[in-house]
Amino acid sequence: MDRQSILEELKRVLTPYTANKEDLNSINDDTDLIKDLKINSANLIDIIIDAEAKYGIEIDADSAEKMSNVGSCINVIIEKMQQKEG
Amino acid sequence: MYQYILDHLPNKSSFRFVDNISSLDENGITGDYTLRENAFFYEDHFIGNPVTPGVILTEIMAQIGLQSLGIYLILNGLKEIKKDGDRTLFPLLTATDVSFYKIVLPGQKVTVISKKEFFRFGKLKCYVEMLDENKDLVAKGMLAGIIKGAAKTKLS
Repeated sequence: MDRQSILEELKRVLTPYTANKEDLNSINDDTDLIKDLKINSANLIDIIIDAEAKYGIEIDADSAEKMSNVGSCINVIIEKMQQKEG
Repeated sequence: MYQYILDHLPNKSSFRFVDNISSLDENGITGDYTLRENAFFYEDHFIGNPVTPGVILTEIMAQIGLQSLGIYLILNGLKEIKKDGDRTLFPLLTATDVSFYKIVLPGQKVTVISKKEFFRFGKLKCYVEMLDENKDLVAKGMLAGIIKGAAKTKLS
């Protein structure tokens, strides 16, 4: 799965936790989940759990800490999907 | 038998809303609290017509359903269970989505039943119900919180 299609799916994962849904229309790798999308920091854990279910992956605490912006989320998802396949 | 859980609750005196834990395991908890007729909030809520505020019902659900269960899960995960309350556990309520169905009057006893949805990275999310003495539904909803090791730790 390429970055663009992961980004599109990630938008759907982020939607219930994003205050202003229209903010999701303009997200890119540098979009910060807390600062730009105004996501409650405690909900980052819900997002990680939702992403795990969506992609059938397991995200450990070290990887979870890295997931602060959209680009780093996509990186972790790709890494974990590759680990799963490999 | 769950006194050590109560000893770890940081809420004291007028803001302690757990009397008794009747069942507890890693997937959920049941406990109860009897509303004190002389509680501070009845005097003004409302004058001459005391009813328990929704925020207090929510707090009872959080103290039994999240805090007590969360403390149990954390202590269970430790190699050595500290039975004496050292007050280093600091719970923060991060989200609630609660609906109310019945009024609770001074002196009534309520039972809280909480089922764990997940406990990961320090966040506990539960589906919680509150029943009155007739087993009628008083409130239900989702509550989530984070338990930090110490008060000085930042939420993020």
